[in-house]
Amino acid sequence: MAIQVKYFASLRDRLGRGKDQVQAAEGLTVTTVWSQLWPDTPLPPHTLTAVNMEYAGPDHPVQDGDEVAFFPPITGG
Amino acid sequence: MKIEIREQPFDPFQELACHQESLVELRGRYGATASFVGALRDYNEGEPVHGMTLEHYPGMTEHHLERILEEARLNWEFLDALIIHRVGELHPNDPIVLVAVWSSHRAAAFDACRFIMEALKSRAPFWKKETLADRQRWVERNTPG
Repeated sequence: MAIQVKYFASLRDRLGRGKDQVQAAEGLTVTTVWSQLWPDTPLPPHTLTAVNMEYAGPDHPVQDGDEVAFFPPITGG
Repeated sequence: MKIEIREQPFDPFQELACHQESLVELRGRYGATASFVGALRDYNEGEPVHGMTLEHYPGMTEHHLERILEEARLNWEFLDALIIHRVGELHPNDPIVLVAVWSSHRAAAFDACRFIMEALKSRAPFWKKETLADRQRWVERNTPG
């Protein structure tokens, strides 16, 4: 099934794409999903992260079939 | 209770009237209606703003708006609430968001409306990109109030 990764707003513009896929592996977290995809790009400061549409911290575990999202601070309303 | 992400322009006052009209079973029960309308200004951070693109995270945005309403219901006794939020292309003066709450008395309507609006701003994933005279720029943070 793999892990679906999404990027939004200014982060998507900066990265040049809106989604990625990562193969599931033991012990993955939000942080390691990012570092697998972007080994040379540190996660920009203030980036918010979500797993399966719930806000999740950097050490939150990520499993097969999960959706992980990275996005800048929100500015609605 | 109604939550809607709207891709087309809307008239918040017409929506308010229509929604209230639809509350047939609540007629005579609400003594207070509080509402908030947020609209696009034509000036921000020292520059004229010609337009805006609003983006959201389909699924997550709706999910968090639903949760905000659930939390509001745990804290205040109100009879109904309405949230409409724009996405897509906006022009100055276009309404961005409508929050309205119907309750028996004014305190719950005022307080729940304020709570929903503040929670929306801090938790519902939306992002604004402004169109200026010569470029576009992402809005980096919300104003404090």
